Amino acid sequence: MKHPIILLILTNFREFLRQPGAVFWAVFFPVLMAGGLGMAFTQKGELNQKIAFVGNEQTEEKSWTKKVGNETTGFTNYEFLNVGFDEGVVLLKRGTVDLIVKKEGEKYMYHFDPLNPEAQLAYINLTAVLNGNETLSNGEDVVPLKEIGSRYIDFLVPGLMAMGVMMSCMWGISYGLIEKRSKMLLRRMVATPMKKTHFMAALLAARTVMSAIEASILVVFSWLFFDIHIEGSFSALVVLYLSGTLAFAGIAILTASRTDNTYVGNGILNAVVMPMTILSGVFFSYHGFPDWAVSIIRLFPLTIFADTARAIFIEGAGWSQVVLPVGVLAGLGLVCISVGMKVFKWY
Amino acid sequence: MPFWFGLEKVFINCITQSSFNLFCVMKETQIEVSGVVKHFKDVRAVNGIDLTIYKGEFVALLGPNGAGKTTLVEMIEGIQKPDSGEIKLKGMTWAEHARQLHQIIGLSLQETRFIEKLRVRETLELFASFYGLGSERVEEVLELVNLTEKQKAFTDKLSGGQRQRMALGISLLNEPEILLLDEPTTGLDPNARRELWDILLNLRKRKGTTLILTTHYMEEAAYLCDRIVIMDQGSILAEGTLKQLLSKHVKGEVIDFSIDRPLEKEALPGQQAILNYTFDKDTLSGELLVTDIVKFLPDFLLYVQKEKIRIDSLECRKLTLDDLFTSMTGRHINQ
Repeated sequence: MKHPIILLILTNFREFLRQPGAVFWAVFFPVLMAGGLGMAFTQKGELNQKIAFVGNEQTEEKSWTKKVGNETTGFTNYEFLNVGFDEGVVLLKRGTVDLIVKKEGEKYMYHFDPLNPEAQLAYINLTAVLNGNETLSNGEDVVPLKEIGSRYIDFLVPGLMAMGVMMSCMWGISYGLIEKRSKMLLRRMVATPMKKTHFMAALLAARTVMSAIEASILVVFSWLFFDIHIEGSFSALVVLYLSGTLAFAGIAILTASRTDNTYVGNGILNAVVMPMTILSGVFFSYHGFPDWAVSIIRLFPLTIFADTARAIFIEGAGWSQVVLPVGVLAGLGLVCISVGMKVFKWY
Repeated sequence: MPFWFGLEKVFINCITQSSFNLFCVMKETQIEVSGVVKHFKDVRAVNGIDLTIYKGEFVALLGPNGAGKTTLVEMIEGIQKPDSGEIKLKGMTWAEHARQLHQIIGLSLQETRFIEKLRVRETLELFASFYGLGSERVEEVLELVNLTEKQKAFTDKLSGGQRQRMALGISLLNEPEILLLDEPTTGLDPNARRELWDILLNLRKRKGTTLILTTHYMEEAAYLCDRIVIMDQGSILAEGTLKQLLSKHVKGEVIDFSIDRPLEKEALPGQQAILNYTFDKDTLSGELLVTDIVKFLPDFLLYVQKEKIRIDSLECRKLTLDDLFTSMTGRHINQ
């Protein structure tokens, strides 16, 4: 006879591993994302950008190209499309071009959204080329950063790892619980002498192991392909990972504590997951947001998890720097689990 | 006065007392439901029910959808709490003895979908572990519910009948003293239903299990159960053996017929023998409830012949549980 906890853990593994689709999205999708984004940002070639050009002279030429930049910072090929103003506006609305250059006599006028950074950069470059302004650097004073730890991929991987744990817990635990409740399976299980604590402990244990495997695959892949290193304490990273898993498992249990409707569950899960995915600085820094927003974003568990993971990966942070975030994440997890268990609807 | 005067009274008393004791031993109470009420928002799902079920009894709760059968059974199973009233299983209540009660009951819910990517055997092993049971018991149960050949199949690949048999198998793992099955054969074809009935009858023969079964199939209640409890709108309308119910609550026999023209009640012969008469003018079919078919039918046939009425069909039958339910509620049970 096997102990119920062992069989419950095995059940969780079987349930997950026997669904190839679930394995793909949980394990390989983050790896593909790291691969794709890593390639896009580490092997930067020449950039191409289209510009709508509205001239005051009749010309047969439909388009022409101008190369701007230098060897150090890289080149951008600006392709000028010879169009009427109205057509240029349509192209801008479609996103084909970011900027319209209109020649009025000998002057060039630039039409673009000043909040669009791509357009802003194009404006600076083009004024140098077309108006002869001395704003463009020749690249002599630029020192490119290529050392490990300062690349975009170094920023990205710890965030992806934290996000992977969040996704794995939220979808794996919450969705699984809501589905079991809607199938009346939870009700059937607690109508036996099964201990509820055994059920939850097995869920946590299985999820911890599964998301550890997912995170390890991501880190090993990034190490092999992008030479990512863990500069700080590995043991601190493991403890941070465990506390992060506990935090998100707790949030997942609390999120799934009442509803038996998978559509409602889907909505609640997205409401929890989406803001953190977008705002917590997984793909880009949240420091571009206003100060008041940053102070809120820094309280999100994913932000705490991702920032601390990044500190360990690239800043070489050790135990002393992770004690507080680990405590906060673990505490949050424990509070959520105990509240979730109190209000949990088994029937 | 002879010396034995009065002794015969003592003797008779003794016999009566011991037969009463014997009766009590034989009819050991397993489930006692008293004054149970349950509301859902404004709906009174169970409306003050009293019910006593004895050891080894097979009891059917029969009624249409929404009669309160499932709510009552789920309260007995400890899944729902009554608003008022009391439920005792072997003298124990859910509030005080949940652990012991979980050990002695087995149940299958009206609708449980098991983990799809778990095999039949793995599912049974998981549930067996909750009762501290191992593979041997799983083997026995697989055989009992005829699923040994399907033990490696994923649960989502089972047919409806196999799935219900697996649910029954899970409920039998702990060899329960009390078994509660909520509509175990709903949606099954007649063969699958018959297979499940055989398993249950076998169980009664071998184990003396007490069973409560909810159903809206008359024949299931009649075939499997010693006692039938007819429920509607949260109340018990009648209870007893099939024979008791029919003899107590409905009298008469039925003649169903269809003819070529409408026929008024007043025109019929043997008026005093007619208990009830209905005629559907659209389908030109009638149903006669009469005290005695043997006496009534010859007069009826003579009348039909005399009036040159063409009979398209004619069927005489005893009253069924369906007629009983219809006479009590004015509706058919499956409506």
